[in-house]
Amino acid sequence: MTFTFRETTQRSAAPVTVDHDKCIADKGCTVCVDVCPLDLLAIDPDTGKAYMKFDECWYCMPCAKDCPTGAVRVEIPYLLR
Amino acid sequence: MNDALVSEYDLVVVGGGTAGPMAAIKAKERNPALRVLLLDKAHVKRSGAISMGMDGLNNAVIPGHATPEQYTKEITIANDGIVNQAAVYAYARNSFATIEQLDRWGVRFERDETGDYAVKKVHHMGAYVLPMPEGHDVKKVLYRQLKRARVAITNRIVATRLLQGDDGAISGVMGFDCRTAAFHVIRAKAVVLACGAAGRLGLPASGYLMGTYENPTNAGDGYAMAYHAGAELANLECFQINPLIKDYNGPACAYVTGPLGGFTANSRGQRFIECDYWSGQMMWEFWQELQGGNGPVFLKLDHLAEETIQTIETILHSNERPSRGEFHAGRGTDYRRDMVEMHISEIGFCSGHSASGVWVNERAETSVQGLYSAGDMAAVPHNYMLGAFTYGWFAGENAADYIAGRSLAAIDGAQVEREQARVFAPLLRENGLAPSQVEYKLRRFVNDYLQPPKVTRKMEIGLERFDAIRDDLEQLHATSAHELMRAAEVSVIRDCAEMAARASLFRTESRWGLYHYRVDHPQRNDADWFCHAHLKKDDAGRMTSFKRAVEPYIVPIDSQERSAYDRLRVAGAEQPVPA
Ligand SMILES: Cc1cc2nc3c(=O)[nH]c(=O)nc-3n(C[C@H](O)[C@H](O)[C@H](O)COP(=O)(O)OP(=O)(O)OC[C@H]3O[C@@H](n4cnc5c(N)ncnc54)[C@H](O)[C@@H]3O)c2cc1C
Ligand code: SF4
Ligand code: SF4
Repeated sequence: MTFTFRETTQRSAAPVTVDHDKCIADKGCTVCVDVCPLDLLAIDPDTGKAYMKFDECWYCMPCAKDCPTGAVRVEIPYLLR
Repeated sequence: MNDALVSEYDLVVVGGGTAGPMAAIKAKERNPALRVLLLDKAHVKRSGAISMGMDGLNNAVIPGHATPEQYTKEITIANDGIVNQAAVYAYARNSFATIEQLDRWGVRFERDETGDYAVKKVHHMGAYVLPMPEGHDVKKVLYRQLKRARVAITNRIVATRLLQGDDGAISGVMGFDCRTAAFHVIRAKAVVLACGAAGRLGLPASGYLMGTYENPTNAGDGYAMAYHAGAELANLECFQINPLIKDYNGPACAYVTGPLGGFTANSRGQRFIECDYWSGQMMWEFWQELQGGNGPVFLKLDHLAEETIQTIETILHSNERPSRGEFHAGRGTDYRRDMVEMHISEIGFCSGHSASGVWVNERAETSVQGLYSAGDMAAVPHNYMLGAFTYGWFAGENAADYIAGRSLAAIDGAQVEREQARVFAPLLRENGLAPSQVEYKLRRFVNDYLQPPKVTRKMEIGLERFDAIRDDLEQLHATSAHELMRAAEVSVIRDCAEMAARASLFRTESRWGLYHYRVDHPQRNDADWFCHAHLKKDDAGRMTSFKRAVEPYIVPIDSQERSAYDRLRVAGAEQPVPA
């Protein structure tokens, strides 16, 4: 018998989204990534824009409040909406 | 000690939320020559319970409005007599100095036409609530002061264990970077723990792991670190349980709306509690109403004038939990028309709100030499934000004095290697259990077995389940430094769950309303249990509980006042009784 251990992932819709037209991460901004208390945001090397990497959001909003261009939208996580 | 990054400071403050920054600044003020490091798992600019600011001070003791004696009496009664009055009184006496300090730094408090602080009455007996309608700047103000005081700051390091010298005194702290997984050994002559509440103990009714009342970065890390260093923890069975907006799980803010005419109501829109101040007794009445035919419970604002509602919206939708407006909009809830449905929170430990914390005296010293603690995790009942600042102040100054003349202790390489192996195991495994899954199951068990009403047999089964989860920890698999942080937190939550069960089983009576309601010991028993219950790790490494006498009162309480908080239910709002 050769049972093989597998890990699978569970999909979820990120409650925090970034407006690519406004985000200036490609000019060196990392403010939202810096301030998130749960460390959930990152810069996508492919797009040069910020995005939500982990869905563990406390909907607390420093990311949106501190973004210099108003590019971050925080929605209430689906489970709580 | 392969690959460990070693650094040296005089004082390390772990947790840069509320109490921590104050501790670091005050230590520097006491002795500017000290090398002080403020360490946080998040970013100090926006970390902790007040990351977006705060709606107000819940416990301001301001001359002309309240006295330290009166406040000490109120908290003694609200906490069913089980307090170290010296610790509460020390807070009360310094409360105003802390407000003046924050005011000088630029934190804005509400004032009346005469320029006096606009204190409101929310508690049962005295007036202690001071609104901060522009309270969103607190963190910015603190950050400026940290820079001015030249406090060193390191963000994104998850502290996991304290280092101790041969004599047991604290000699530093260990942790890892949640982005790079680099392991840090930080040597210090003293440590202040200010890691906030144990906010990820119970699972919110929504089932969403991070939908907690507390900032979920505060998983109980401070409680676990103190416990493993041998510190005594006090009255952990006095859980934190709060009345919240259902699903959103943020405070409904009766303190903000109360003075403007809002109140907590039952489904008929009737007031059923006289006082909205959060206490075990208040939660008891809330729970009764939820269980009975008059539930659910609501925040009622729909009777207020348009102008008042607009004021409330401006405050509640911009400070503290500003996503609240979006939540209400999503469900079509309008304060003008609709009452806001409420529910009770998951359980947690928090002395800021109740009384469960690491034992400290009025100098913010724990029972371990060289270890100080302040804020939600330090057992000074109902201490809230201002208490966190005030005890942070005590901790910083007293730690600075303690350090004088001391040198750094040698590091014990074996301690470091053990911790490195423990922390990194999930990253080294090729496959295994996902931290989020283990956390979900663990916290569901916490709800199933520990949430009041507490039942002896259920809590015993809970302990068996938590033992089994200990085995599961040996199979955790983390795929990134970020997930390693979550894995470390699961182990912290498991420790707290075991502490919560054992502390609750030890106290064989009911006390603090809903916080410690034991179905099989339903009465308060002052003859046997008018005492603190402490918990610690004994020399054999076992979790053990024991009694400690309540310290002699500084402010006497007469027998009539003693039961003031037992009479919270509004006359005529009795529960329907079955025929
Ligand atoms: C939603 C909400 C509303 C509130 N409203 C009010 C109010 O209106 N008035 C009032 O007086 N009080 C209020 N409180 C209570 C008050 O905010 C707290 O009592 C106070 O802020 C606690 O301060 P603290 O320093 O103990 O914790 P926090 O400010 O939460 O700081 C803890 C810090 O520790 C860090 N940390 C945790 N674990 C680790 C680790 N392992 N390594 C490194 N760092 C770590 C965290 O990142 C965080 O920065 C409220 C609390 C909440 C959650
Ligand atoms: S703060 Fe705003 S501009 Fe900066 S990286 Fe984030 S989304 Fe982009
Ligand atoms: S809302 Fe809070 S937790 Fe969510 S991504 Fe923004 S800063 Fe992070």
